[in-house]
Amino acid sequence: MEQLTAIFGSAIVGSEVQCGDQQVVFVEPAQSREILEWLRDNEEQSYDLLLDVTAVDYGSVPGVQVVYQLWSIIHKKLLRIKCSLPENRLEIRSVVDLWSCANWLEREVFDLFGVDFVGHPDLRRILMPKNYSEGHPLRKTFPLRGKFSREKQTKIALEQDYEDYYRPEQLGALGIDPVNDAD
Amino acid sequence: MGIIDDNKRQLPIAGNSAPTFLTTKVDFVVNWARRNSLWPMPFGTACCAIEMMASAASNFDLARFGMERMSFSPRQADVLICAGRVPYKLAPVLRRTWDQMMQPKWCISMGACASSGGVFDTYSMVQGIDTIVPVDVYVPGCPPRPEGLIYGLMMIQEKIRNESLADGSLRKEDPEGAGKPEANSLEVRALTGAFGNSTQQEKISSLAQTARPGRFKDLLG
Amino acid sequence: MPTKKTIELSRGDSDSGNMLVNIGPQHPATHGVLRLLCELDGETVLSVEPDIGYLHSSFEKLGEFRTWNQIVPLTDRMDYLAPLMYNCVYVMAVEKLMGLEVTERCKVVRVLCMEMERIFSHLLWLGTTAIDVGAFTPFLYAFQERERIYKLHESFTGARITTSATRIGGMMADLPDGWTDELKDFVETFPETLDEIDSLLTRNGIHLGRTQDIGIISSSDAINAGFTGPNLRASGIDYDLRKDRPYYDYETYEFDVPIGKNGDCYDRYLVRMEEMRQSLKILSQALERLPDGPINVEDPRISLPSKTDCMNDMESMIHHFKIVTEGVRVPPGDCYFAIEGSKGELGMYVVSDGGEKPIRWRIRPPSFVNLSVLPQLAEGHQVSDLIMINASLDIVLGEIDR
Repeated sequence: MEQLTAIFGSAIVGSEVQCGDQQVVFVEPAQSREILEWLRDNEEQSYDLLLDVTAVDYGSVPGVQVVYQLWSIIHKKLLRIKCSLPENRLEIRSVVDLWSCANWLEREVFDLFGVDFVGHPDLRRILMPKNYSEGHPLRKTFPLRGKFSREKQTKIALEQDYEDYYRPEQLGALGIDPVNDAD
Repeated sequence: MGIIDDNKRQLPIAGNSAPTFLTTKVDFVVNWARRNSLWPMPFGTACCAIEMMASAASNFDLARFGMERMSFSPRQADVLICAGRVPYKLAPVLRRTWDQMMQPKWCISMGACASSGGVFDTYSMVQGIDTIVPVDVYVPGCPPRPEGLIYGLMMIQEKIRNESLADGSLRKEDPEGAGKPEANSLEVRALTGAFGNSTQQEKISSLAQTARPGRFKDLLG
Repeated sequence: MPTKKTIELSRGDSDSGNMLVNIGPQHPATHGVLRLLCELDGETVLSVEPDIGYLHSSFEKLGEFRTWNQIVPLTDRMDYLAPLMYNCVYVMAVEKLMGLEVTERCKVVRVLCMEMERIFSHLLWLGTTAIDVGAFTPFLYAFQERERIYKLHESFTGARITTSATRIGGMMADLPDGWTDELKDFVETFPETLDEIDSLLTRNGIHLGRTQDIGIISSSDAINAGFTGPNLRASGIDYDLRKDRPYYDYETYEFDVPIGKNGDCYDRYLVRMEEMRQSLKILSQALERLPDGPINVEDPRISLPSKTDCMNDMESMIHHFKIVTEGVRVPPGDCYFAIEGSKGELGMYVVSDGGEKPIRWRIRPPSFVNLSVLPQLAEGHQVSDLIMINASLDIVLGEIDR
C-alpha cells in the first residue's frame, strides 16, 4: 500500500495483514471518499465491487469504526478499509455515488450505529421502524433487550399511525397532508 | 379483547339455557362442518413457514384434513397459523390481519418464537404472540416437524368439536379492541419476563471493558 | 398497518392518476415478510420501494452475547433455506481467524454439506418461482426432492431445517453409517426429476414469455449495484468464489460455472438450473474422495474430548469443563471470510478481542444487496413482472433482516 501513502500521505494511518492474507488499511475519515474513489478508478487497483459497508463498536474504545470490504474482480484481490470515527463526530462521507449498493448498506449502519453519512440521498432507518425511539441498537451501551420495558415496546408497536409507513413526499403527492389532516 | 357482555349477538335457536336435544344435534353438525373445512391463513415469517409449506406439500399433505386451500386473504380464513418469529415492526400487521378475520376464528402459534420469543430474547422481538392476539393452540418446536403442526391442527379440530353455539362467549369480539394488544401491560410483563438460562446470558465478552448497559427504568402504568 | 391498500386520488389538485399500492408484508408472493411499496400507473410500475425490517431478529446483537460455539444455532435460523451453508461459513470464518486447519475428512464433509445445500436452496427457489408464474406442479416435485434432503439432514444432525451441524474445529458428529450411500442414491436419481422440471419450464412458451427480457441488468450496472452469485453470473460476469477465492480444495474439483448473457429473469433461471447439475458433479467427486480419519481437530482446547477420555483422564475432564462453561477462546483480530452461497457471496466478518464471545459478528447478506437493486430492475414493467423479478432474485428475508 505504498502507493496509497504516496498519494494520500497522512490520511493513511496504518496498515496490517490479518489472518495471513487479508490486507487492512486504516484511513482518516476526512479523506475516506477520495481514497475509495481512487481505489475504484485506478487501473492497478480497480476495486470495482463493494462487498460490504459495516461498523464495529469496540466498547472499550469510544466511537465507532466503519469498515469497507472491497474486491477487485479483475485482479482478484480483497481489501479492507477501516475508518475510526470519534464519539462526538459520528459522520463520514457517503460513497453512494461510487457504488450504488452502498445505499442500503449505509442506511443499515446509520440505523444500527447512528453514523451519519454525509451526502446520502435517503438516510433513514431501514431495519427498525421509522420512529424507533430507543436509540441505535448495535452500540455497546444499548442493552440486549432494549431500553424500554416489554409493555412499553408492545404498546408503541401497536400504536403506530399508518401514515408513518409512507414517506411525507409520497403522501404529499397524493394530496394527504400528514401534519395538518388529523383523523 | 373487551369484557362486554353483549347478549344481542346470540343466535335465535341457541339461548343461554341448558343445551337441549335440538341444540346438541345442531352443534354436532355445525362443528363437524367447521372442523373439517378449516381454511388456514398462513402468516409465515421464518423457518417455521418452510415447515408449514412442507406440511402442505405431498409428503405430509394437509389436504387430507380439508386444509389445502390456504387462504391468503384473512377475510376468507378460519385459522391463523402464525409460523415464525414476529418482531415489533410486524406486530401491528399481525393484529390487523387477526382483526380482519371473521368469527369463527382460531389461532395457532407455531414454533417457539411465536409462542414465547424462542431463541430471540432481544430488543426487536415480540416475546410470544399471545401478547398481541388470542392464541388457541401453541405448537412447540424449533421448527416443529410437520407432524407437530398437524397435531396442533388436530387439537384445534378437537377444540371445535367441543364447542357449542349456545356458548356466546366463544365468539365474542369487542370492536373497540381492534388494533390493540391482546394482553394488558401487567400480563405482558408476566408473559415476557426473562426466565431460565436467558437471565445468565446478558454478558458480553469478558475481556471487553465497557459500561454496563442499563436496564429499563420506565414503569408503564 | 394495511396489508394491501389502494389510495386513489380524489382531491382534484393532483391529477396524475397514479396509485400507491402496498404489496405485503403479509402476501403469498413476496417470499417472506417483505413490503413493496409500488407507485403504479395502471398496471405499469413507475417506482417500487422495498421496505424491510419485518423480520429483524437482531442476530448480530445476539451474537455479541453468545460464545463462539453458541452462535452456530443462530446461523441456521438466518437463511432457513440453506442452513448448513451458514453453519459452515461461520465456523470457517472463525477458524481462519484462529489460524486453525480442520481435518481432511471435515473439509470434504463440509463441501458435501455446502453443495447439498445449494441444491436444497435452488429447489425451493424453483418451486416458489414456478408458483409465482402460475405453475404448481414443479413446486410439488421440488418439495418431494427436498424431503429427501430433509431426511439426510435429519439422519446427520437430528433436525430437518435448523441443523447446527458445525462446531469450531469440526462438526458436531461424524456422518452416520449409510449416509453417504443415501446421498449417492440422491445424486444418481435427482437428475431425472430435474429433467422433468426442465421439460415443464425451460421451453414452455408461457414461462419464456414471463421471463425473457424481464428485469434486464447490464454487467457493469450489476457490479456497481453489488450483485453477486447467480444474479451476477446471469449478467455475464464470471465471479464465483469457488474459482476466484477457493477454499477447501475447490480448485481440485472439476466443475463449470454457468454464465448468462442477457441478465434477464430467464438467464437467472437457466444459471440456477445448470448450477444444480454442476453441484451434482461436485457431490459425486467429493463422495469419491471422502477420506477416513477424525472429523474434529485433535486439539482438546477447541474440540470436546470424547466421553471415555473425560471419564478416565483428569486433563480431558478439565478441558471439557472449560470448553462447555467458558467457551473456546479466539485470538484477537478480525476476519472476513466468504463462500459462494446459494444466493451470492455470503460473508462473515468476525471481530475478536481474545475472549470467548465475539465483539462483533457481521453477516454480509447477499440477498440484502440483491434486493436493493429491485427498484432499478422493475421500473417500467408490469405488476406481474415485478413479482417475477422479485422471485428471480432469490431472496430470503431471514438473511436480509437478520
